[in-house]
Amino acid sequence: MNVPIGLPLGLVLGALTLWILVAFASLLIPRVPRIAPAIFPLGAVGALLTAFAGALALGGPPIQMVLPWGLPGLPFHIRLDALSGFFLVLSGITTCAISLDLAGYRQREHYPAAARIGLQYHILLASVALIFIADDAYLFMIAWEAMALSSYFLVVTDHRTAAVREAGFLYLLIEHVGALAILVAFGILASRAAPGTPLAYSFGALHAAAPGPMMAGVVFVLALIGFGAKAGLLPLHVWLPEAHPVAPSPISALLSGVLLKVGIYGLLRVVFTLLPAPAPWWGVTVLVVGLATALFGALLSAVQSDMKRLLAYSSVENIGLIAAGIGLALLFLAYGLTVLAALALIAALYHSLNHAFFKSLLFLGTGSVLHATGERNLGRLGGLIHRMPQTALGMLIGTLAIAGVPPLNGFVSEWLMLQAFLKATALPRPYLAMAIPLGAALTALVAGLAAYVMVKFYGIVFLGRPREARLASATESGVWERAALGMLAVFCVAAGLLPAYIIALIRPVAHLLTGAGGRTAVATGGPAADIVVAHAAYVPSVLWAALAAVGLVGVLLVRARHPRSMRRAPVWNCGYPVLTARMQDTAEGFGQPIRHIFTSFLRIRRLRPGPDDPEPRYESVVEDRLWYVLYLPLARGFQAVFDKARLLRHRRIAIYLLYTLATLVILLAFAP
Amino acid sequence: MPSFTSVINLFAALFLLVAFAMLSQRRLANLINLYAWQGAILSLGIATTAYGTGNTHLYASAALNGILKILVVPILLRRLVRRLDVQWDRESLVRIPTTMLIGLALVIFAFNASLPIAGLAHTVNHETVGIALASVLLSLLMMILRTTALSQVIGFLALENGLIFAATSVTYGMPMVIEFGIALDVIVGVFILGVFFFHIREQFDSLDLNRIEGRED
Repeated sequence: MNVPIGLPLGLVLGALTLWILVAFASLLIPRVPRIAPAIFPLGAVGALLTAFAGALALGGPPIQMVLPWGLPGLPFHIRLDALSGFFLVLSGITTCAISLDLAGYRQREHYPAAARIGLQYHILLASVALIFIADDAYLFMIAWEAMALSSYFLVVTDHRTAAVREAGFLYLLIEHVGALAILVAFGILASRAAPGTPLAYSFGALHAAAPGPMMAGVVFVLALIGFGAKAGLLPLHVWLPEAHPVAPSPISALLSGVLLKVGIYGLLRVVFTLLPAPAPWWGVTVLVVGLATALFGALLSAVQSDMKRLLAYSSVENIGLIAAGIGLALLFLAYGLTVLAALALIAALYHSLNHAFFKSLLFLGTGSVLHATGERNLGRLGGLIHRMPQTALGMLIGTLAIAGVPPLNGFVSEWLMLQAFLKATALPRPYLAMAIPLGAALTALVAGLAAYVMVKFYGIVFLGRPREARLASATESGVWERAALGMLAVFCVAAGLLPAYIIALIRPVAHLLTGAGGRTAVATGGPAADIVVAHAAYVPSVLWAALAAVGLVGVLLVRARHPRSMRRAPVWNCGYPVLTARMQDTAEGFGQPIRHIFTSFLRIRRLRPGPDDPEPRYESVVEDRLWYVLYLPLARGFQAVFDKARLLRHRRIAIYLLYTLATLVILLAFAP
Repeated sequence: MPSFTSVINLFAALFLLVAFAMLSQRRLANLINLYAWQGAILSLGIATTAYGTGNTHLYASAALNGILKILVVPILLRRLVRRLDVQWDRESLVRIPTTMLIGLALVIFAFNASLPIAGLAHTVNHETVGIALASVLLSLLMMILRTTALSQVIGFLALENGLIFAATSVTYGMPMVIEFGIALDVIVGVFILGVFFFHIREQFDSLDLNRIEGRED
C-alpha cells in the first residue's frame, strides 16, 4: 500500500534537511559571525514545520516511504501515522519555544558554547523527528543512538566542572543500558519473523512476526526497561535529577519536555503496534511501576531545595502518571474493553502534551531566573515578582497548570486520568476491579503533592522579599526568552480551555492503538468520543463562567464592605523590632511536614550550624534512597568483579595476543 | 576441473610457505617483501578460482587485493620504514627452531580443526581451508613472538590475508561490500598506525615493545 509521497512527510523531510544544514552552519559562526542570530530562529521554523506536518498526519491516512539510503540492500523505511503525528506536534511546538529561548541564550553566552549547542541541538532535533517517523528497527536504533549522543553532549555543555561530567556519565550509562534492552527486544522480534521474510527488520515484518505469549512477554519487559530508562520510570529515573540541574536550562527543558516523551513514544510504538494483543500482567506491571514512579517523584520533589532538581523530580512524577495511564489502557485492552482503553490512552497522551508544555515553560523560566540571579538554590531567592514581572506571570501560569488547577490544561488530563481509573470497575476480574480504583486515590494524592510542590516553588522564588542583597540587581530576561515563555503559556491556557479540540486531535491516535470501534466507529464519530463526552465530560466554558462569577461576587462583596480604595501601610511585624528577609519561610521549612510524614521513604542529611557560627545557615539534603539500596551495591559488585579481572592484565601485548590465540585454538578444538 | 584445483592447491602451498618464511624472517625490509609476495599469491589464487568457477565478481576481488597488497600497502610500509630509519634493524630474541616447531604444531591442529568446515563447503577449493586457517594462526603466532611494533603490524596484515584466503576457499569470497570495507580498513589502519609509530617513538625513543611495556605509567 504505497500512497504517493504526501505533503506531511515532505514537510518533515524538509525540516530534517533544514536542521542538518543549520547544525553544520553553526560551526561557521566563528568565521561568519553574521549568521549567528539566524541559527536558532531557523531551527524554530523547522520545529514549526514538523508540528504542522504532524497535525496534517493526525487527520490523514498513514504515509509510508522507503528511502534508498543506509547500506546497500538495507533501505530505511519511514512512515507517518497518527501516533508519529501526535508526537511530532508535541515536539514541534515545544522545541519551537525552546529554540526561541536558545536564540536569547546565544546572545548572552560567549561563542564556543553557543556554537556547540547549535550543532548538537539541531542534530538532536533531527534525530528525534527521525525516531518518530522511523518504520524499521534499523533507522530507529540509528536515530536513537544519535539522540542519546547528541543529548549527552548537550548535557555536558559545561564540561569543565567535574559534577557535570559525572552527571553526564550517569546519563550516558543509563541511556546505553536502555538502548541495549531495546536492541535485544527488536532482535528477538526479528528472530521470530517467518523464515525468508525480506527486510525482517521493518516494523511491518516485526509486527507480522507475532511471537508466542512467552516471547512477547520477554520483548515487553525489555521494551519497558529500555524505554522506561529513557522516560525515567522507577528505578531507572536516577539520571533525571542529576542531568537536569547541570544542563543549560533550555536543554533541561528539552530533556524534560521532549526527550522523556520519546521514551513514551517508543513504549507505545513497540507495545501497541509491534507486539500482539497484550496480556493482563503487562498492564498491571506498567500501572504499578507508573504509580510508584509518580508517588516517588512527587515526594522527592516536595523536599528538594534546588530549583531544577525539584522540577526534575516533578518530571519523574508526571512520567509516572503518564505510564499509569498507559498501563490502564493496556489492561483494558487485554480484557477487550477497547473504548475504555481509548479513554485511558487519551488521558495519558493528553498529559504527555500538557507536561511538554508546562514543564518546558517552567524550565525556561527557571533559566531566566538562573541567568538573572546566578542562583539555583531556593533558599537564596525570593521576591522576584517585582524584578521580573513578565517571567513571573508566565511561571505562574506554568505552576498553576502543573498543579492541576482548573481551567488550565493540567486539570483536564488529570481529570481524564481519574475518570479512567474509576472506570476500572468494568474489568471482569474482581480483584482488579476493586484494587485499581484505589489508583485513583493515589493519583489524587500525587496531584495534591504536585500542587504543594508548586506552591513552594512559586512562593519561594517569586513571592516574599529577596533573601539575598544581590537579588535586588536582578533584571527581566530578554525578548526571545519572554516570547518563548509567552508562547508556551498561551498553549497551556489553550489546551485547558479547548479540551474538545485537543481530544479530537488525539482521538485518531487512540483509534490507531486500541482499534476502538474500527472503521464504522470512525464514520459515526467513534465510541471513544462518546465515552469522553458521556462519562468524562468537562466543559471548560461552564467552569470558567462559574469561576468568573465567584470571583466577581467576591470582588463586589469586598468592594461593598470596604468602599475605600487600596492603601499602603507598614506590615504588622508581630511585635519584632526588626523584620529581615531571612525570617521568611524557607524551602526546607515549607517541605518539613512532608519530610516528617514520609520520613521512611527518604534519606535525609542535615547540615546544622555550630552554636557559635556568626552566619548560621540550616540546610537539609534529601537523597534518593534507591541510590543506596540499589545502585551503590550494584556498583560495588561490579567493582569487585573487575578487581578480580585485573589479575589477568600483565601489561604485555604478547600476553594479550596469546590470550587471543589460546581462545581461538580452544574454540576450534571444541567446536562441535 | 582437477587441473584448476591442483593449481589452486599449489598457490595454497606457496601461501603457507610464505607464512612460515615470515615467521622466521628477522629483517624488516625482507618481511615487507614477503608480505607483498603473499599478497601476490593471494590475488593469483583468487583469480584462478574466478577463472575455474566462472565467478566474475572474484576477478574484482583479485584485482582489489592485488593493487592493495602488492603495491599500496608495501609502498606505504617501506616509506614508513625509511622515515623511521629502521630498515636495517634485526629482531633479537626470536628463537627460530622453537618457533618453527610451534608453527608446525599449529598447522597440524588447523588441518584437523578445519576438516568439518571443509566437509560442509561445496566449493572446488575446499581443501585449502586448512591452509588458510593455518596461516591465520601462524600470523597470530608471529604477532605474539615479535617485539617491534612494525613487525606486529605486518603480522596483523598477514592475518587479514589469511582471512581473505579462507573466505575465498569456503564461500568464494565475502560479499563485495564487506570486502571493500575490509580493504578500506586495511589502508586506514596502515595510515593510522604509521602516525601512531611516530608518536610512540617520540614518547619512548624506541619502537621496541619490551622497552615500552617496561615502563610504569
